[in-house]
Amino acid sequence: MSTAPPRAGFLPLPMLVLLLVLATTPLWLARVGLYQYLALEVMVWMLFALGYNLMLGTTGLPSFGHGAFFGAGAYAFGLLQQRVFANVWFDLGGAIVGTALLGALVGACVAHKRGIYFALLTIAFGQVFWFVSVKWHSVTGGEDGLQNIARPLLPLGFATVDLRANQALFYFCLALFAIALVVLWRLVHSRFGRVLAAIRQNELRAAFVGYHVWLYKWLSFTIASAFAGLAGAMFAMAQQSAYPNVMSLHSSGFVVMMVLIGGGLVSFWGPAIGALFFILARDVLGAATETWLLWYGLLFVVMVLWQPEGIAGIWQSWRRRVAAAARPVSPVAAGGVAVPLREGALHGPL
Amino acid sequence: MALFEATALHKRFGDQIVLQDLSLSFEEGRLSGIMGPNGAGKTTCFNVLTGRHAPDRGSVTFAGEDITGLPPRRIAAKGISRSFQVMNLFDADSALDNVLIALPRVRRHGFDAWRDLRADSAAEHEAASVLARVGLAGQERTPAKSLSYGERRALEIGVALAAAPRLLFLDEPTAGLGADGTARLAELVSELKRTLTIVVIEHDMRFLFRLADSVAVLHWGQVIARGTPDELRENAWVRRSSLGAA
Repeated sequence: MSTAPPRAGFLPLPMLVLLLVLATTPLWLARVGLYQYLALEVMVWMLFALGYNLMLGTTGLPSFGHGAFFGAGAYAFGLLQQRVFANVWFDLGGAIVGTALLGALVGACVAHKRGIYFALLTIAFGQVFWFVSVKWHSVTGGEDGLQNIARPLLPLGFATVDLRANQALFYFCLALFAIALVVLWRLVHSRFGRVLAAIRQNELRAAFVGYHVWLYKWLSFTIASAFAGLAGAMFAMAQQSAYPNVMSLHSSGFVVMMVLIGGGLVSFWGPAIGALFFILARDVLGAATETWLLWYGLLFVVMVLWQPEGIAGIWQSWRRRVAAAARPVSPVAAGGVAVPLREGALHGPL
Repeated sequence: MALFEATALHKRFGDQIVLQDLSLSFEEGRLSGIMGPNGAGKTTCFNVLTGRHAPDRGSVTFAGEDITGLPPRRIAAKGISRSFQVMNLFDADSALDNVLIALPRVRRHGFDAWRDLRADSAAEHEAASVLARVGLAGQERTPAKSLSYGERRALEIGVALAAAPRLLFLDEPTAGLGADGTARLAELVSELKRTLTIVVIEHDMRFLFRLADSVAVLHWGQVIARGTPDELRENAWVRRSSLGAA
């Protein structure tokens, strides 16, 4: 056997680097002309996109309504805080569980669909939730949304931290982000994640080797919704409000663009790259021109046409080229198959 | 009693009747063949027997248990496995991972969302030995899509074998293979035959008659003849059609 692929582990190098870079942002972000809130926002979108990619990149479910769950998480956090019980753990947990339940409900209606029908149904559901958020004034506050969502006190048992400062909130969210990352990383590399990937590649075969394809797809939908709910709750804390725009078709579209531009189809980290790229493009391009989304959209078109594997794909093929250039040419490797057949095999390949 | 028994199966798509009062039985430890001209309903027959389509009427029993109309995953879990004429592999995954995901020990823990599949070295060994069995030792890390056509055919059987079935259905395993590949496949199938009950759809008669203990001839969705290869060589219909040319 040639070199076995490495085990997934708990804290792979890219994750450590990402968390370290994020953790040190208070030291350097202001010096390069940016602001601390930006790091928080990038993190929220990274989490949303990484969770979404469990559906799109891993399971192959093209949802175009995932923004609804991001928004639902934000609203749930705000409503729980203002109407039920103002405790940050309770509100966060409630937002995650509530969004997961909502995802389970929608997932039950769409998980048996495939391709374009799946996509259209998710758009329809996304619009329903958006409409509800606009029209159900007594609960959602209508077009104004929920205002004055407090950045809560954080009871840790031994101490209580005030999250009103951007920096404190940032580190709290970084901790949540880190936990979510580890969970998601393990999930994607677990047996469950491998089954999801198999279903993406060949649903028919997965069923014929004995997997309950519908159940796996539904779980994938539900779990991705829970991650969107957590991201939404973090967003509500950051923005101190929740409003219909968060769950509009726009944010559903943004997350798809992030995942595709970043390269979520070929890499676990693609969505994180894409989220960073999107937010930076918004700020940097947005400072130069009001029509930044036009340029970003054109970039998206170019990317999908010529580099559908995204930024992560560019990086991977560059690394392969460097590795190939560094390797001395051997007659075996030149044939494209790096490993000679093992002796003693019962039969040759057919 | 036969291990697998299909009784009076009917199946129609729209106004086209594809299976008509079809009865088949497969004995344990035997290799049974199904032959017939194109469009005779061979693949539909397989699809009904393995749960891809439910029959409109009739019943299917396996090891004395009624499995009529069960979904593929339930039938697979009972120990029936199949390969496909048009290959159905997990193309981006390595050959090893293709087999790995089909192992019952992996399937049983399919909802384990924490433990790394790579950490299960016993499963990897099991998968590697399945690959060796179908002649793919040394190709463990090659993505399925990069294998040669013949190797992909072998992997197609490997994935079906991985489930450790009691009964293995092979749908046109020689499709697209040259003489060389067919010969090697015949060797593999006769090796598998020692330990498994196998049903093969084929239109390569030389291949089928060499391996099968009994053969059923399908035409217009009906069994028009059945018997041992020797008996069928004498059958008037088989002789008249080009099928018996071998």
